[in-house]
Order: sequence, then C-alpha cells, then structure tokens
Amino acid sequence: MIYEVSPLAIVLFAVIVLIVLGISAYFARQTTSAKGYFIAGSTIPWQVNGIAFAGDYLSAASFLGICGMIAFSGYDGFLYSIGYLAGWIVALFIVAEPLKRLGKFTFADALDAKFNYKGIKLIAGISTLVVSIFYLIPQMVGAGALVTPLLGFPHYIGVVFVGSIVIIIVATAGMKSTTYVQFIKGALLIVFSSILVFAILQKGLSEKPSDSYHDFQTLEASANGKVVASIKTPGYSLVSEERLGNLYFIKTRKNDIERWWKVSLTSSRATLEETLTIVKKAGSETLYNGLPLTDGAFYPVGHMSKIVVDGKEIESTGPLNPFSFLSTIEDSEVVRFIRKDFTNNGDSVSLWYPQPTPGNEIMRPGLKFKVDKGATPISKLNFISLMIALFFGTSALPHILIRYYTVPKPKDARKSTILAIIAIGFFYILTLYIGMGAMVNGVLDVQSSNMSAPLLAKSFGILLFAIISAIAFATVLGTVSGLIVAASGAVAQDLTASLLNFKISDRGKVRIGKIAAIAVGGLAMILGILFKGMNVSFLVGWAFAIAASANFPAIIMMLFWKKSTGKGITASVLVGMISALTIILLSPSMFVRYGLAAERAIIPMDNPAIISVPLSFAVLIIVSLLTQKNEKKEVVEKAAE
Amino acid sequence: MDHGPDIEHEEDYASEYKTRIGVFLFAIYGLIYTGFVAINALVPQIMEKTVLFGLNLAVTYGFGLILLAIVMGLTYNHFCTKKENELEAARKGK
Repeated sequence: MIYEVSPLAIVLFAVIVLIVLGISAYFARQTTSAKGYFIAGSTIPWQVNGIAFAGDYLSAASFLGICGMIAFSGYDGFLYSIGYLAGWIVALFIVAEPLKRLGKFTFADALDAKFNYKGIKLIAGISTLVVSIFYLIPQMVGAGALVTPLLGFPHYIGVVFVGSIVIIIVATAGMKSTTYVQFIKGALLIVFSSILVFAILQKGLSEKPSDSYHDFQTLEASANGKVVASIKTPGYSLVSEERLGNLYFIKTRKNDIERWWKVSLTSSRATLEETLTIVKKAGSETLYNGLPLTDGAFYPVGHMSKIVVDGKEIESTGPLNPFSFLSTIEDSEVVRFIRKDFTNNGDSVSLWYPQPTPGNEIMRPGLKFKVDKGATPISKLNFISLMIALFFGTSALPHILIRYYTVPKPKDARKSTILAIIAIGFFYILTLYIGMGAMVNGVLDVQSSNMSAPLLAKSFGILLFAIISAIAFATVLGTVSGLIVAASGAVAQDLTASLLNFKISDRGKVRIGKIAAIAVGGLAMILGILFKGMNVSFLVGWAFAIAASANFPAIIMMLFWKKSTGKGITASVLVGMISALTIILLSPSMFVRYGLAAERAIIPMDNPAIISVPLSFAVLIIVSLLTQKNEKKEVVEKAAE
Repeated sequence: MDHGPDIEHEEDYASEYKTRIGVFLFAIYGLIYTGFVAINALVPQIMEKTVLFGLNLAVTYGFGLILLAIVMGLTYNHFCTKKENELEAARKGK
C-alpha cells in the first residue's frame, strides 16, 4: 500500500525521539558504576518500576503483533494476550521475591552465587544473549513496519534508524534512562490505547466503515459445468484460470488491466468476486491489482457483511458498550481476506480473496490455530506448546528478570510486579477491542498484520495516528534498549568473567557492556531486516519458548529443589536452549523463510516448548542426581582450603 | 570468587510464609489456566456458548483469567504485607 506521510506525525515522532534522547543524556551523567549502568543502582521506586515493567513487556509484540493477529485471525490472536499475562502469575508467585533475595546483578550471577560450578555463568550468559536476540528480532521488524506508514521510509531504513537511536541510548546511559523511558512510554501507551478503544466503541459497527472504503465489485458470468464460459458484464474478457483445491480463480482483462476474481459456481451461472493481488511479472515488473503501486489501486480492507442486533439485520449500530460491541460481532458476519500464493504463466501471484466469516467463529479459537476444523494431533500439540511457552517464558526473560534488581528491596519487587500485572492486564483487554476494531473498520493492509493498530488509529484522525505511532515507536525504542542492556550485561558480567582469568574493573565492565550493546544492536538490525513481514507476536513466541526451555527450569529448581547441582543446572540450560533452537530452526515457519515448502519441514511444529521444557527439567533432575556426591565433595574440599 | 550477595537486604522473616501462599496461589491459577488451554485444544466448540453479558465462554474465560491474575496479585500482596508488618511489629516489640 502507499502511505501518505503526515507532517504532524513526523513532528510528534521527532518530539518523542528527542525526549527519549534527552532522558538518556540526563541520566548518562549519573551513571558511572557497573551497578548504576546495569541495574540503575537498585534505586528505582517500585511504582516507577511497575509501569516500566509494563513498558518493557508491552513491546511491539503486544501493541503491533497481538492487535494485528486479532485483526487478521480474531480470537486466536487474543490467546497471546492471555498467555503473556498468565506468565506474570509465575513471575509474581514463584520468582520475583526469592530471586531478588539472592541479591545479584543477573540471572547467571544468581545461579553462580548458589552453585560453585565454573561453566554455569558462561552457559547462562549465552542463554541470556540468545533469548535477548530472539526477542530483539520482532522489535526490529516492528520498527520497520511502523516507519513505513509514519515516515514513508522502506522497512530496512526503519530498522537501521531504531537500531542506531537505541545504540546511542544504551551506550550512553544504561538501565536508569531505559527505565524512565519505559515508564513514560508504558503510561502513554495505556492512556492512548484507552482513547482509541473509546473511539472504536463510539463509532460502533457499520457495513460501510468509511465513505472512502472501496466498493467491492461482483461480475456475472455464465458457466458450463464447472467452468466459467463467458463473462456477461460488458468490457471484460477471460484470460486465464487457476484452481487451488476447492478454490477457483479466473483472470480477466478490461482496458488492458488484468485482474483476478474468485469464482462461485451454481449449475449454469457463476459469480465473480473481486480479489486483491500482487503479481510479480515474469520480467521484473510488480503490479498491485493490475496497476503499478503508484496508481494507488491496492486498497485497505476489512468490513462487516452482516450486522445482526436482537435477531434483526441492520446497516450500522451507532455507539456500543464494551459488551455489546463484542456480542454484536459474535452474532454478525465479517469479511476477512485470505491469502493464496501460486504461479500462473510464469507470473508469481499473491492473492487475497474475501471470505465472509460468521462472528461466532471469529470470537472463538480455530481460525489461526488448528484446534477445530482441519485439526490434527500435531496441530493441537503445537497450540498447547505455545501456551506452555507463554506461561513459563515470561518469568525467564532476561529483560524482565533484570528489572527485579533495579528496585531496592524484595517487597518492592513484589509490589512492582503486581502493578505491572494490573497495567498489562488492562492493556491486554484493550487489545481485543483494538484488534476487532481494525478487523471491521476497513483499515487493514493485507501485506502486513503488524500495521493494523496504527492504521486503525489513522481512521480516527491524523492526530491520534501520529500520537499512537509515536508511542509505538517509543515502545520499540524502550524495549530494545532494555533488551540490549540485559544482553550487554550478560556479556560484560557473565561471559567475560567466565572466559577471562583476570578481574575486570568496574569501569572495564561498563566499557565492555557498551561495546557489547553496539555489537548486539548491529546484529539485531541485520536480523530485523531478514525477518521482515513475519508477525511480531509470532516471533516473540519463539523468544518465550527459548526462555521457558533454557532459563525457567534452572530458576525454579535453583529456588525450590535442594538437590540441584551446578552441573545439573548447566546441562539443563544447555539442553533447553539447544533443543528449543533446533526445533525452531527445523520448523515449518523457518522452512518458508529458507524458501522451501512448509510441508518439507523436518519437525512439523512451530512451537518447541512442549518438548524442550520437559526435556530441560528431566536433564536437570537426572544430572543433578548423578552428580550429588561429586559436588558435595568439591564444596567440602573448597571449604577446607 | 565472591559468592555472597552484591546487594545486602534486611532479613526477610516472612519469606517462608510468602513462598507457601505464593505456591498455593500459583497452583490454583495454574489449574484454571490448564483448564482454559485444554478446552481450547480439545473441545473448542463449547467456547462459543454465550455465558455472561452476551459474551461467549471464550471471551468470558479469557477476560476472567486476566482479571483473576489481578485479583490474586492484590490478595497475595495483602497477605504478604500483613505478615511482614506483623513480624516486624513482633520483632520491634521484643
């Protein structure tokens, strides 16, 4: 789609970026020690930390990814919201205070403090780095998705732009500035998302979402058996056809413009419904709905085809309350656009056809996750696996774990976690309204689900769009900063401490951390460009899966199982990380990234947690039991020295 | 290598009590979450039944899990703070 660049949006965006850089510069002067750089000197008030937690957590995955997934797949996207929030229960009840009581800088430090085993810090540091990088990829993809409608730049410029700003922030100031950026951004995100939801409810539901919404055409044709014989609507000639399973598409030509239509057949008649297409011609030309992109023929979509209130069909509802908005969609019918890819006479065609979908199917699971129609045992396991990763992954994410160290006392860790749950829970309820609002308000760009929420805001005026986009951009900036601090902390505190045999000074650690921040930021930019177009929430699901597999069993067993040994913990982190990574790299989604068919994937599941989490626990228990005597003996020998 | 804490905290006398109720509340929430995942995976059709305020089971259960997390978090904090204050008062009274 072509996006008009708004001067107001650019000004607001620039203001947000300048505020972020200003905060960064202000706190840079106060940050001199390693403790100050990595954990803000443990001086953050719990109220600020709680909202900063929300700021960290409500990343591009939540605001852009979940809203986009709900807009494209209905309730299934909301399952991410539920899983992400439920994960905080594990963090609050099991991890927050006990981990804070250990009084260490990082997760690896905490493990190292408990077990006197050499490899533990190195492996835990690597795991932190891997999870951080997997979490960084979707943030960068989100950054690219945002700047396209906001500033009119291509995706890769957005990624490089965000990466550069964040590297400046992190390399200058560290955790304190990151915390205050997250605090401000988290609060703004919740306030303005509430305003957006209020606007959605006030507008209500309508079969024609806006005056400028595209009027979808249908053509009449005659059919001969199961084949379109001729088109009755004047001016159109039949060019080609394509059958994909039960789906039947034909290509027409009118005034030298070629378009694709979806065919619905009865015995002697055929109805042709307009579709959206991107056709890469055999040469190099790419056409959008038969015309070059600059002609603006590739329009936004998503509308209601039937609105039912109290059993009666109506054209629009007027303002609705939070319950009637959802229940009306449930009783009505929404037109979604389903993607199909094929080649036709050497042309590579991506086609989106309208699919009227009953509201009751949209408002329950099954459109994205194959748990109902067409479900297989593997597809159900895949879904369960995702929900396990979301539940256990939260409390094992490095940039969340590090926040427990930024507050003064254990009870502050608890209180800030509860405040985070309230703020995040409220926001996640809003995601259902924002996502459904985007689905029915004719704003969707079928090429990218990630842009749904900002584009919905745009339909309510350029001011709201500008503010929401600027906040979303700050979201990316803040989360990426937090992740890079966590990752650089892992490098400076854990990896170098394990690999180098001499003691590094406090200033040296900060310097290594800053160099690591630049390197990790650079790597994240490259990956952000490579993963363009994938839903950011889906990508974050992988980061959760790796965290749940590599870190979670180690944290839980360290805190609650007295027989855990250093070797057991190290083996568990290693096996959890490698098994989760292996399954992801051999999954159907990655095969598509490699340019291969998803069906050829070696492992038929996208989500590894159902295998890798139990495996990691099992390895920890077995190795710990096998190494009980050795480690006790080592401890006794060390004590005797 | 120093294996003591980098940041010293006051002794937390309520830690055992807090761990106990934390694990208890986690188990309750874990069961309810497992029920939610199981229904979605095994019998998703029943999720479309209307339950409350015209909303179906899927939305009600989903919103319910979010609200329950908030309520349980506040309850947990209430009991923890109460216990911490009690033990603090008892210690000062000695």
